Amino acid sequence: MSTKKEQVFQWLDERFQLSPLIEFMRHKMVPIHRHTIWYYMGGVSLFLFIVQLFTGILLLLYYQPGEDSAYESIRFIMNKVPFGWLFRSIHSWGANLFIFFIFVHMFSTYFTAAYRKPRELTWVTGFILLLLAMGFGFSGYLLPWNELAFFATKVGTDIAGVVPLIGDAIKIVLRGGPDVTGATLTRFYAFHIALIPAIFTIFLGIHLLFVQRQGMHEPESVANMPADRKKMIPFFPNFLLRDVFAWLIVLNLVLFLSVFFPWEIGVKADPFVPAPAGIRPEWFFMFMFQALKWIPPHILGMEGEVLGVLAFAIAALAWMLVPFWEIRSRSTGKLKPMVLIGLFALFFIIVMTIIGYAV
Amino acid sequence: MAETRRKFLNALIGTGLVGWLASVLYPVFSFLKPPELPEATVSSIKWGVATDFPAGTSEIVKFGRTPVLLIRLDSGEFKAFEATCTHLDCTVQFRSDKKDIWCACHNGIYDLRGLNVSGPPPRPLSQYAVNVVDGELFVAKAEA
Repeated sequence: MSTKKEQVFQWLDERFQLSPLIEFMRHKMVPIHRHTIWYYMGGVSLFLFIVQLFTGILLLLYYQPGEDSAYESIRFIMNKVPFGWLFRSIHSWGANLFIFFIFVHMFSTYFTAAYRKPRELTWVTGFILLLLAMGFGFSGYLLPWNELAFFATKVGTDIAGVVPLIGDAIKIVLRGGPDVTGATLTRFYAFHIALIPAIFTIFLGIHLLFVQRQGMHEPESVANMPADRKKMIPFFPNFLLRDVFAWLIVLNLVLFLSVFFPWEIGVKADPFVPAPAGIRPEWFFMFMFQALKWIPPHILGMEGEVLGVLAFAIAALAWMLVPFWEIRSRSTGKLKPMVLIGLFALFFIIVMTIIGYAV
Repeated sequence: MAETRRKFLNALIGTGLVGWLASVLYPVFSFLKPPELPEATVSSIKWGVATDFPAGTSEIVKFGRTPVLLIRLDSGEFKAFEATCTHLDCTVQFRSDKKDIWCACHNGIYDLRGLNVSGPPPRPLSQYAVNVVDGELFVAKAEA
């Protein structure tokens, strides 16, 4: 005589073949070593995505896109809606932390060479997720329709217009016309709440499926250890509980920032007011912004901007395809070519970001 | 014989699929491109009484959908430029202390003839004509 619980399980198992899945979960192991901390970064990014989804849906209930209503509806959310200020601040802070942790996740997988066979496509889908996350940031930034966002969008979409041949068409499609207007706001709203989430969800699904199929990557130093010195713990429930603990810490960080530093609304956008002094993009675009600022207007008869944008596009493509052209050195030296490239990328981003804020 | 027939049928289906895809995608891409809205062509706007504009100040005026930067120099002379930076589309401003035109987005600087002096702007600002008729100030598109 089986219990009710077992009966329910059996009913489901007969129909959905749950047993193999449970078997898979039972056998999934996570290596524990001094680089284990980096295993949490992907999970933290995932958690922040869920936070964005949740707070984003809440904000949808009150937000009204439109030149005359967007800014006012956010003011309403911040000032009148119970806890509106909290959820909007969580959404803004969460977005920034989301992208920050994706960067951390990316660089940690890069430096531990986790992109190598068999994880080439996991890396590629991860990079696409980063680009989509930046798309989330860029499109979401305009939605409050404030001055900073207005000019950031003008500049950002104008940069897209720099691309040879197709740039102008892209710019017009992005803006919904030749200028940044209410039509742009409508489009960015559609991108932010429908188009990008749909594509993101697909790539996230693939990315997570790959991770499940391939298991955790072991850094070279750990993989080379004798089997008896390796320490493993079961993913379920041991590692998952540690994951959840990391998520709790991050949730507390988001709440702390949102409560003590609520996100500002700024000044409502007015197309007939000059760009204010000290205008700057979101931090994750800052390194590109700063680099483009330094490029002279003309280089070898080409517009400097065109060269700069092309250089960034090529660099991004090369970064996405890292697993396919990796330079493997046989030298036993500490600094391998790929580590140097990674350090250069990291320092370039950090130094340019700091200069961008200091100047 | 059977193979040529298979090839022929595959080609037929393939062409059909491509045609079908094109007929689906063409309207989608066309939809993405916004239709051009009719815009009243503004050739000139009246600002008001010229003496109301203090020397050494500036104002951004709406010229149709275009922001135009109207400046009155210390000498009393009027200047007008399209206020959109030639670099990346931000709106420029007149700095009365530095006697120049400045774009805050990427630190682009123009002189009071609209010529780009330093920073990233690749081209001068396009100039508008300012006329005073019977004491009233008019801004007009410059003669090409």
